[in-house]
Amino acid sequence: MAMNFDVIVVGGGHAGVEAALASSRIGAKTLLVTHRIDTIGVMSCNPAIGGLGKGHLVREIDALDGAMGRAADYSGIQFRLLNRKKGPAVQGPRTQADRKLYRHAIQKIVRNQENLSVLECSIAKLGYRDNRIGGVITVDNEEICSSTVVITSGTFLNGLIHVGETTHQAGRMGDSASIGLSDQFREFDLSVGRLKTGTPPRLDGTTINFECLESQSGDLDPVMFSYLSDGVQQKQICCHITRTNPQTHSVIQENISRSPIFSGQIESSGPRYCPSIEDKIHRFGERDGHQIFLEPEGLDDNTIYPNGISTSLPIDVQKEFLSTINGLEQVKILQPGYAVEYDYIDPRELDASLMVKNVPGLFLAGQINGTTGYEEAAAQGLVAGANAAKRSFGFGCVHFSRADSYIGVMIDDLITKGVTEPYRMFTSRAEYRLFIRADNADLRLSEKGREAGLVSDVRYKGFVERRRSLAAGMKLLRGLSISPNAALQSGIQLNQDGIRRDAFELLRHPSCGQEGVLGLWPELSSISAATMKQLSIESLYEVYIERQRRDVDQLLKDESLLIPDHINYSGISGLSSELVEKLVVVRPGSLGQASRIEGMTPAALTLILVSSKTLLRTGT
Amino acid sequence: MSDTIYALASGHLPCGVAVLRISGPQAFCCLNLMVDSQPKPRQATLKTLRRPGGSEILDRALVIIFPGPASFTGEDCVELHLHGSRAVIRAVFAILEQQKSVRMALQGEFTRRSFESGKLDLTEVEGLSDLLSAETEMQRKHAIIQSGGAHRLLYQEWRSKLLECRAWIEAELDFSDEDDIPKDVSLRVNSQIQELHDDICQHLKNAAHGKRLRNGVQIILMGKPNVGKSSLLNWLANEQIAIVTDEAGTTRDLLEISVDLGGYPVVFIDSAGIRDSLNVVEKIGVGRAIQKSEEADLVIWLSDQDNIADGKGDIAINLHVRSKSDLIDSLPEQLSDICYISTKTGIGMDKFIDVVSSRVADMCGVNDDILITRERHVKLLVNCVKNLVRYLDDTDLSIELSCEQLRLSSHDLGSITGLIDVEDILGNIFSEFCVGK
Repeated sequence: MAMNFDVIVVGGGHAGVEAALASSRIGAKTLLVTHRIDTIGVMSCNPAIGGLGKGHLVREIDALDGAMGRAADYSGIQFRLLNRKKGPAVQGPRTQADRKLYRHAIQKIVRNQENLSVLECSIAKLGYRDNRIGGVITVDNEEICSSTVVITSGTFLNGLIHVGETTHQAGRMGDSASIGLSDQFREFDLSVGRLKTGTPPRLDGTTINFECLESQSGDLDPVMFSYLSDGVQQKQICCHITRTNPQTHSVIQENISRSPIFSGQIESSGPRYCPSIEDKIHRFGERDGHQIFLEPEGLDDNTIYPNGISTSLPIDVQKEFLSTINGLEQVKILQPGYAVEYDYIDPRELDASLMVKNVPGLFLAGQINGTTGYEEAAAQGLVAGANAAKRSFGFGCVHFSRADSYIGVMIDDLITKGVTEPYRMFTSRAEYRLFIRADNADLRLSEKGREAGLVSDVRYKGFVERRRSLAAGMKLLRGLSISPNAALQSGIQLNQDGIRRDAFELLRHPSCGQEGVLGLWPELSSISAATMKQLSIESLYEVYIERQRRDVDQLLKDESLLIPDHINYSGISGLSSELVEKLVVVRPGSLGQASRIEGMTPAALTLILVSSKTLLRTGT
Repeated sequence: MSDTIYALASGHLPCGVAVLRISGPQAFCCLNLMVDSQPKPRQATLKTLRRPGGSEILDRALVIIFPGPASFTGEDCVELHLHGSRAVIRAVFAILEQQKSVRMALQGEFTRRSFESGKLDLTEVEGLSDLLSAETEMQRKHAIIQSGGAHRLLYQEWRSKLLECRAWIEAELDFSDEDDIPKDVSLRVNSQIQELHDDICQHLKNAAHGKRLRNGVQIILMGKPNVGKSSLLNWLANEQIAIVTDEAGTTRDLLEISVDLGGYPVVFIDSAGIRDSLNVVEKIGVGRAIQKSEEADLVIWLSDQDNIADGKGDIAINLHVRSKSDLIDSLPEQLSDICYISTKTGIGMDKFIDVVSSRVADMCGVNDDILITRERHVKLLVNCVKNLVRYLDDTDLSIELSCEQLRLSSHDLGSITGLIDVEDILGNIFSEFCVGK
């Protein structure tokens, strides 16, 4: 008798973990399949979580009760809030994480999760009959049944590692690649592309001369990721900074033809924002140096991750150029840098629930969708896992929109525009970033998560309390007002226009702020500092958000105009063949999504709208 | 599937040749009902049109077919050049009417379809509609400029400048921990934004020109009663439009005529003579005249007295005219800016027309300027400027809010023609900076 599950998640990386956890939280009987249980939650690239845009994603995952934020807080060894001097909307929490502690924290959460089983084995292929997913088949030809499967295979799909002129098939240094799945995806007639990413050599910290290097310590008042965390739990360390120099550059220049990127051995595209050091020197040769952050991989680990010099040059060249760098003269390489090429599925094959449109029941998340980064992967995992669980129960999907979250922005970008390079989150991708901030992720998402069955009682209780105190604080602030003249007598300069302003509005006023407000109305000290801080942020952006609301309303209206799946674009006269081609690939679910397809015109939109309405009305 | 539409593309019947246009999925079927064989695409071919199912000849016509999408509307199109008799057209219409999903086009529907098929962008559609309604030479010239996409190019150029500026600032936000991003981006960007702001303001100044070109330059004729305002209006109209009597106070309401003055559209407005009157109707007329003079582009004051300015009160005058000059024995040396005219003898009229024409030309702007003739454009541009001003003036603004101001401005510009994509901004960033630690 075959084993039966509601949802099977293949892969134990950041996407797989969040997928399995989300599915289990919703109550689906879930199986996490990985070929090595001890690598569940492993950080295979840089030892850090969060950053600009990425920190937002972690907060959102946390607001939906995912694991990433909690594990990062537990294992964080250097917390820094990026863009601290800029406005709260663009600040991004980030931490260096102890690799081992992070993995342990994740594994503990997985072990303690109800409804979730873990199986160590390799998957040969998907069970597939009558045009739908029926589960997975292991390499031992054992069938495990489920109506939905989430694949989170990372870089393992047809993975090919390059170190200098040598290549071998692998998903990650030391782990074998999965090839069978890739073939099956081609059988499904899914559009498969190839991407590349790279990683720097890992260095032995005991052979680095830190004395001569600039050091960078964490924030004095560390900002946590999770709404459930109270503060740091590990010893805090500092990172060091060094730079490449003209000598380094000439070593690389001389050997550039031996880099697989330049020799033609690698043809796929890598990310523009995370170029290899040879790429940087090739494209920006005129600079005299590039920064390198020396990031410790853990508290009881001497491995150093040199952030900024990912490379696929041969090992001897790696050694040679490293020795030209200040502090690294005697450095020993623990593991060489390398590039990895892997297959990804064109994410335009997916719908907003991250299900493959042509293969009902098959969900994809993480690097397989062309993204890069732990946070991007985890966020997709959560969405795919939740939706797989919903589907297994026959419920509607959990939808995230551009107006409510970075998760929504990312998914919409992926399924609408596809990717040409590994996709990474940036704050500039979010047009409503003044509203979708790291500080209000819970206010935006926890209620939605609760409705979906994702959010536990403990978290929800905390959230409701926070929401209540914010509402109470807001009511108090709105109830107190002052004329400019009276404010002046208290030393607060306002435009003397005779218009009364309430305490909430004054919070954002440069000459007043929190202190001024408390000075004017001492009774406001009953509002807690945390609540006051949150309300100050809300006040700061109030006018802008109000102005954006019209855009958002338009967006939501367009999102609610659904396009039937069987619409025949080539039958709509007036659509250019170029646009038809794109529409057929993307198959947008709503008019809103269609409007974001590159090259879309208002005219074409009206045609699609008319055509959709006719189809929906006639029911044909 | 959309209906197939048809309409006469040419003017009033009867006429020599009438052009009938059919557009839509059934266009060729409609034609094939009436001809024995379909002509080659885009080749004018002489065909005999017959009543379907019979042999009765309807007309011999020049037929051209344009298969979509290479047609004006992007759909299959047919043009029939028929003899312009009412009977012929009625007969052909009757046949078309009977076909399923074929109907008479609504006003502007051909252009709308062309817009909907992406053949024209919004500014081009607007230009085309102006071209069709153009009555004067200058209106035509300008409409051609706009329908040719000159506005689109200008706005796109501004938008891409703005995009570049945004990219610099976004880089400071999204890659702030990278040492490759210079720290003084705002300074770099500010001067460019200032320049853009000035350019748009200059362009907006032309908005008044554009409006005049579109709606006509409003010129009001004012003066005391019975100085010959209505006579001048009639002379300009070349018709007896205004009632002219010797009785002072004959004209009581505003009376407008549209004329083509050197290619520019001009509206001359006759008004009630200015005097204190006890008559209620005349009083209202005088009030209206004064109010209109405040809105008009040019106020002409007529007088039949040597003391020309007498009686004008507070009204701001742009041009003084001495009427009934035929009654003056010897005309003074004309070095002043006063025009001496007589509508009775025609003395000084050429000179008067010259003076007014050159004022009108000035007010409509230089010939090949790109003018804004649309209120929609003015509104969006004004919004855009407002957002830029906020960016430039409010130095306390934190960087993400500055960025929002620029996002709003580019949204405004984008709304005139198309929309902005965030990938464009990221693309800009990556081509400028070496990022990635």
